[in-house]
Amino acid sequence: MVFKVIKMALEISKALNREIENTLKKYPNKEAALLPLLHLLQKEFGYVKKEVMELAAERLDVPYSKVKGVATFYTMYDKKPVGKYHLQICRNISCSLRGAEDVLNSVKEHLNMEVGDTNEKFTLSTVECLGACGTGPVMQVNDDYYEELTPESVKKILDSLK
Amino acid sequence: MKMVKILTDKIDIPNYHKIDVYLKEGGYSTIEKALDMGQEKVISELKVSNLRGRGGAGFPTGMKWSFITNQAFPRYLTVNADEGEPGTFKDRLIMTKNPHLLIEGIILTCLTLEIETSYIYIRGEFVKEAQILEDAIAEAYEKGFLGDNVKETGKKVHLFVHRGAGAYVCGEETALINSLEGKKGQPRLKPPFPAVVGLFNKPTIVNNVETIANIPFIIKNGGQAFADIGVERNGGTRLVGVSGHINKPGVYELPMGYPLDKIIYEIAGGILNDKKLKAVIPGGSSTPVLKPDEIRDLPMDYDSLAKAGSQLGSAGVIVISEGTCMVKLLATLEKFYAHESCGQCTPCREGVPWVRDLVVRIENGGGKPGDIDKILDICDNMEGTTICPLATAAAWPAQSFIKQFRHEFEAHINQHKCPFN
Ligand SMILES: Cc1cc2nc3c(=O)[nH]c(=O)nc-3n(C[C@H](O)[C@H](O)[C@H](O)COP(=O)(O)O)c2cc1C
Ligand code: SF4
Ligand code: FES
Repeated sequence: MVFKVIKMALEISKALNREIENTLKKYPNKEAALLPLLHLLQKEFGYVKKEVMELAAERLDVPYSKVKGVATFYTMYDKKPVGKYHLQICRNISCSLRGAEDVLNSVKEHLNMEVGDTNEKFTLSTVECLGACGTGPVMQVNDDYYEELTPESVKKILDSLK
Repeated sequence: MKMVKILTDKIDIPNYHKIDVYLKEGGYSTIEKALDMGQEKVISELKVSNLRGRGGAGFPTGMKWSFITNQAFPRYLTVNADEGEPGTFKDRLIMTKNPHLLIEGIILTCLTLEIETSYIYIRGEFVKEAQILEDAIAEAYEKGFLGDNVKETGKKVHLFVHRGAGAYVCGEETALINSLEGKKGQPRLKPPFPAVVGLFNKPTIVNNVETIANIPFIIKNGGQAFADIGVERNGGTRLVGVSGHINKPGVYELPMGYPLDKIIYEIAGGILNDKKLKAVIPGGSSTPVLKPDEIRDLPMDYDSLAKAGSQLGSAGVIVISEGTCMVKLLATLEKFYAHESCGQCTPCREGVPWVRDLVVRIENGGGKPGDIDKILDICDNMEGTTICPLATAAAWPAQSFIKQFRHEFEAHINQHKCPFN
């Protein structure tokens, strides 16, 4: 197997490299792999920093400006460092009818944080509809959904995140 | 009205998402039949079935497919699993509980339309759902339903999952195509339509998850059997998602044309906390809001909802009880649309945030007497003047909330505060 050496500040592990190679195989051209590649790199390096975008540009042979444009367009790519747990509370219609605001207030109070704040452990955000409206209010924490939240249950969930 | 289920009838069987269980229950049995029928016959059965796209617009699927049959190769299928319209959470049920039905539908579509490569475009937040699909796809490859020689037929069908990354507009089919190509998810001007110039500039079919999941039933039982389940011009069942102020929120598979008031009061258990119904948004957040007297005996199908002044859309029923401030609710929606505008068209980029700001101002007690008509004016200029229908989707709630609850907007302005606080 050819293992392409990339002269970059960021080190790509063999396992990650294999995942990237597999991703590239899904598409007829390299550029199409940009979204999945940014997902993979964000997972590995924490957030989509400049070096991550440079790496993606080099790997896919696309201009850096293009990568930056794409990374900025999509909300799931974090352009700033986030806490270990990224709390994302849905603020849209169905959740809000079921008390999402109370849930959010409970989180703010419990963690002493405002929306947009980051500390080592948590980042607190509000997000748009998560596609789980029947089990609202909903909060996404990293890859996991927590559903049917109440101001009380959400505190227990927060306490369980170590 | 026949209460049959065709998408969710077996999902309570343990491990139904695993291929062994799915096969034991008769899954993947339609592939040979579809090949025997051939393209012309399959499309004519689809036309008989009255299957209409479940993504929102309700375009007849048989007709959509017929547009690609004389186009060049290669062709692509992209399955729309973006599920972004607020109030919509139905495709998630299919993907997690019945992934092989979706995969079977994709294989049938590809074989019929001579497509060798297909993608499921799933919203980026659905990490777990994407993994369930990946696992199911791996099983289907292993059993030979996907790959270079599907069940020894000599046909090639490949299927990949592509995760989005957070952008509602990517649910629009041409934005979805751009996003799959690694670009910003900005809609393209139509024409050309995707069936002519689509993914990687090749002819492409874009269909919703639920649309494709209906294909196996139609191949197996014929178009007429599907048409018979629904009502005139609206075949089959519909996954109706009920959310908001309702006792039993959830996804219910019901025959097309099932009355909306019965869905709310009988199927979904009535209004939360024994309150009275105030309003219903019948088909996802973009569809015009209806009042309780307008939903009596109202059949949930494309034509009946349109006649009632709304839309069936994604069949995401949002239930709103007495005591809810409609101005605040509209502000919630317009903040969403303003956030999601992709910025290409001036009426959308400028208009939606302007509407949002005016609604927020009214909600906060700072509204001025001309604000309501100003909102309606801006909405008039947004509708139908843009590359994609997102601007229209933002205008409809504003127009309909004001039409139905104008007195509430006026009360906010006159009292300089929200009367519900
Ligand atoms: C702003 C916008 C968002 C959309 N979001 C979705 C979506 O999340 N899922 C979907 O299936 N269709 C969505 N659509 C509709 C698609 O453009 C397209 O009509 C649909 O995927 C076609 O499939 P169908 O014929 O099977 O319904 C959206 C349209 C617009 C304008
Ligand atoms: S209407 Fe809005 S979302 Fe659609 S293309 Fe124009 S600016 Fe983008
Ligand atoms: S409105 Fe919160 S998940 Fe849809």
